[in-house]
Amino acid sequence: MDSLLKQHKQDNPGYLFPDGRGYFGRFGGKFVPEILIPALEELEKHYQIAKSDPAFREERMKHLREYVGRPTPMTFNERMTDFYGTGRIYFKREDLCHTGAHKINNTVGQVLLAMRMGKKRIIAETGAGQHGVATATVCARFGLPCIVYMGAEDMRRQKLNVDRMRLLGAEVRSVESGSKTLKDATNEAIRDWVTNVEDTFYIIGSAVGPHPYPLMVRDFHDVIGLETESQCHELEGRNPDYILACVGGGSNAIGIFHRFIDKPEVKLIGLEAGGEGAATQRTAATFAKGQPGVLHGSLSFLLQTEQGQIALAHSISAGLDYPGVGPEHAHLFDTGRVSYHSVDDHEAMKAVKQCSRLEGIIPAIETAHAIAWLDKLMPQLSKDEFVVVNCSGRGDKDMGTISEYFYGNES
Amino acid sequence: MAMSLDSTPTKTHVLKQTTKISARMKQVFERSAGKKIMNLFITAGFPAPEDTVDLILGYEKNGADIIELGMPFSDPLADGPTIQYSSEVAIRAGITMDHIFDMVIELRKTSSIPVVLMGYVNPVMHYGIDRFFSRGAEAGIDGLILPDVPVEESGLIQEASEKHGIPLIYLVAPNSSDERMKLVDERSGGFVYCVSVTGVTGARTGDEVDESVKRFIERVNKNITKNPVLIGFGISSHEDAVRISERADGFVVGSALINNIRKLEGHSDWKKQHFQFVKTLKYGN
Repeated sequence: MDSLLKQHKQDNPGYLFPDGRGYFGRFGGKFVPEILIPALEELEKHYQIAKSDPAFREERMKHLREYVGRPTPMTFNERMTDFYGTGRIYFKREDLCHTGAHKINNTVGQVLLAMRMGKKRIIAETGAGQHGVATATVCARFGLPCIVYMGAEDMRRQKLNVDRMRLLGAEVRSVESGSKTLKDATNEAIRDWVTNVEDTFYIIGSAVGPHPYPLMVRDFHDVIGLETESQCHELEGRNPDYILACVGGGSNAIGIFHRFIDKPEVKLIGLEAGGEGAATQRTAATFAKGQPGVLHGSLSFLLQTEQGQIALAHSISAGLDYPGVGPEHAHLFDTGRVSYHSVDDHEAMKAVKQCSRLEGIIPAIETAHAIAWLDKLMPQLSKDEFVVVNCSGRGDKDMGTISEYFYGNES
Repeated sequence: MAMSLDSTPTKTHVLKQTTKISARMKQVFERSAGKKIMNLFITAGFPAPEDTVDLILGYEKNGADIIELGMPFSDPLADGPTIQYSSEVAIRAGITMDHIFDMVIELRKTSSIPVVLMGYVNPVMHYGIDRFFSRGAEAGIDGLILPDVPVEESGLIQEASEKHGIPLIYLVAPNSSDERMKLVDERSGGFVYCVSVTGVTGARTGDEVDESVKRFIERVNKNITKNPVLIGFGISSHEDAVRISERADGFVVGSALINNIRKLEGHSDWKKQHFQFVKTLKYGN
C-alpha cells in the first residue's frame, strides 16, 4: 500500500483518500464474505504493482489512444452558450469514446490487469447495458470469455444492448432475483465471483464495491480529468469555474472531479437522478433521500427502507437507477467539497431535446441530468465564467425511451 | 461404514476460550462429549412468522444443539437461491428486527438452546448497533454472524459486542490463510464457522463438497485452537454431515431445511415430516 499511497500523494498533494484500509473518510471499506478477502488482497497487490509500472500505464494509454479514441475532444457549445447568454459552456466529449460512453476507460484498465494476473474468465454486472457492452467489447478484443449478469427487467428494457453484448460474444445471464435490476445483477456477479474466485476477474462498472475497486475505477477514469485540465488551459488559459457530472454509482463524475479536488477555485457539482422527484418514493436521489449503509462491499449512502432493507431506486435513466453511490462521493458529500443536487425525469428529458436541437448532440439520459442543471446554474454566472459538463455518453441507446417519452402516441 | 456422528472424539476447546460466551453456548460444547454438534439455520419468518418459534422448539427436540436464526435481508450476497427465497418470503411477511427479538423472547420462556443471529450488517446498522446488541442481550441471543463483515471491518460492531456480551462469530474459507484463521479464532466467541466449499450457501452433491473439505480441514485444525469448529455450506443429509464433520466439532445445515419445507408445502402434517427429516440429519435412518 505504501507505494500506492506515495504515487497518489504525488498526484494529489493534499487529498489522500482512500487510506490504507480503503476508506474515504468514514466511507468505503471491504464488506465482503471471507472468501473474497484473499481475492481482494491479491487484486490490491497486483494493482499496486501495475500502477507503479510504467509499462502498464503505457500499454493502457496505447489502447486508450488507438482503440478507445482518446483524447476525447472538448467542444465549445456556442448555441447553448448564446441561449443562456451568461458564461460559456463546454462539453467533455466522453460520448465519442468507442462504444459511446466513458465506461470503456475502466474496462480497458481492468481487463489489462486481469490478463496480468493470469485470470481466464471475466464477469461483469450491468444495468442499462453500457458497462456490459464495454466489458464485452474489451473481452472480444483480447479474446477472453465474458459473462455479463443483467436483471431480467433491464434485459427487457435494454434489448438492443443485450444483443450488442451477444454479438460481441458475451454470455448475458438473466437475473431473476429481487427487483431484477442492477443491484440484483451486482449481487449475482458477486455470488459468481465467490464461487469461481480462483480463475475469475470481476470487472465492476462503477466507482462502487469493496476496496480497491473504487480507487481503481477512479484511477482508470482519471484520464477524463487530466485531459479536461489541459484542454481548459489550451482553450481558456485556466481551470474551469464549474464542472458538472451526473452521478449514479459515480464513475464518470469521479473521473472528471478527481484531478480538481485540490483546486478550490473549481466548483464541482454532481447531479443525481431525482426520478419522479426526490420527495417521492420513486427516486434514485441517494444523497437527498439516503442514509449511510452497506451494500455491495462498501459503506456509503444508500436508499433504504425503515427496516434497513435496500429500497428500489427509480429513474427514467436505467444507468442511474441504483440505490447506492460510490464511497468517495459519500466522502465528498460529507466534506462539502462537491455539491450534489437532484434532477428529475422531466428536467432530464427536456435537456435531452434541448441539447439535441442546440448542439446536434443527442446525449444519454444519464448525461442529460448534468446538462439539465445548466438551467439553474447559468443565470447565476458572469460573462467570463465557464463551465465544463462531462458529456459521459451518447443517447443512441436511449432512443426507445426517448421515442416513447416524446413521440409515444404518434406514428 | 459406520454412519455415526459420535465416532470421533474432538478436542475440547471450550475452556481455552478467552472471549466471553454465554453459559448456554458453553454447556453445548461441554456436554457434547465428542458427539457432533448440529447447528440448524432457519430464516426468521419462514415459511410464516408464526412458525418460527415452533420450528426452533421442534428442532431442539429432534437433535439441534444450536440455532442460527436468519435475519432476512433484501440483498443477501453470500446466499444462494434457497436462502434468497426464504428471505424474500420473510420480508414480504413484514418481519422486522423487533419481531425477531420478540421471537427469541418467546422462545426463552421454555428453551435454553443457544441462538445465534445471522444476517447482513445493513439492517443492524440501520436499527442502531448499540440498540441492536442491547436488545439482543435482553432477548437472550448467544452470538452474531455477519457474513459481510470480515474481521477487518469489525470496528463497527466490536465495541457493542463486548459491551453487551454477545460474541461475534466469524467465518473461515478454504482460501483463508493460516494467519487469517488464527485471527478469526482470536476474535470469535462460541465457535468458528468453516465454509467447506468456495461459493454461496446451498445444498450440493457429496463429491463436490468432499474434495475441498479434506484439503482444508487439516489447516483449520492446526490454526483454530481456541474455538470449536462447525462446518457448513452444502450439507443436505446425514451422510454428508458424518463425512464433512469427521474432524470437526459439528456441522451447520441451512438450505437443505428450507428446501425440505418447500417440498412439504401443502401437506397438513408438514412440520411432523420436517422434524423427522431433522432427526434423520442427526441420527441417520
